[in-house]
Amino acid sequence: MTLGTGTESALIIDIAFWVIAVSSIVAAFAVVQLRDLFRAALFLAVSFLGVAGIFILMRAEFLAIVQVLIYVGAISVLVLFAILMTRDIEQGNPSNRLRIPAGVLSVLFVLVTAFVLVNTEWTLIDDAIPTMESVQTELVLSTETVEEVAEVYSNTVPKIATLLLQDFVIAFEAASVLLLAAIIGALALVRNR
Amino acid sequence: MSLENSLIVGAVIFAIGLYGALSKRNAITVLMSIELMFNAVNISVVTLSRYIVPAGLVQNPGATADEILRLLLTGQVFAVFIITVAAAEVALGIAIVITIYRSRDTVFVTDVNQMRR
Repeated sequence: MTLGTGTESALIIDIAFWVIAVSSIVAAFAVVQLRDLFRAALFLAVSFLGVAGIFILMRAEFLAIVQVLIYVGAISVLVLFAILMTRDIEQGNPSNRLRIPAGVLSVLFVLVTAFVLVNTEWTLIDDAIPTMESVQTELVLSTETVEEVAEVYSNTVPKIATLLLQDFVIAFEAASVLLLAAIIGALALVRNR
Repeated sequence: MSLENSLIVGAVIFAIGLYGALSKRNAITVLMSIELMFNAVNISVVTLSRYIVPAGLVQNPGATADEILRLLLTGQVFAVFIITVAAAEVALGIAIVITIYRSRDTVFVTDVNQMRR
């Protein structure tokens, strides 16, 4: 038995993942490279939608909805407002003199991270599920555990709510205080003296 | 779609955001790049929560349903908090940028390097 409906290793899922991931990466690159700031903000929204697609593929559907609502719906619009209110027509999106060191650092970061990721021995949930084929790790989850794991992923919304209000309630309240501070700060910045 | 592929996608988006945050002059572009970095971290956290056997499950294979829930969805709850913090931070960042634009008539980070004119 597998976690999902057994289609997660299908080719169409791989194609969908790579289409979404590559479009998200290309849109992210367009954000930092385009001269026209307005189009860069629109490509930012495309990148956020790509990330929401990846969330759905990772079976975090509630998180995908939250991502679309908050990032695409609120933050992209806020960035567009800011761009329209601070129009600098001659020079849209120039680079400063740290362009080449930043580029080298970014490429180095990706290479080091990819090297570390490929060479780590992960204990994957999919490997630990007892199947007819050979089990690849020492850890073998029991059948009840696998069923409970599958049941958790079938509907994550009430379970995230349980976690937020029982286990992570302090962080939840702290996030509320953070939002209050942000509101007060924004109001203090824009009021007329 | 495997763990390494998804994490490498997250790392690439993070690196693009890092490049934008370090090397761009327009403050709004810097804020957009920081949002890209937040998104990359969200991708990594959700991917890890979906693929990795939690350490609590390794040590305690006979965990109850509640404990499994707590171990598995920690990544997604963390992502919710990251989204909250990112939203608050970008809102305030844009308010600051607009205030600076009103008083100094520039949005370039290289031009606001003095506290007092």
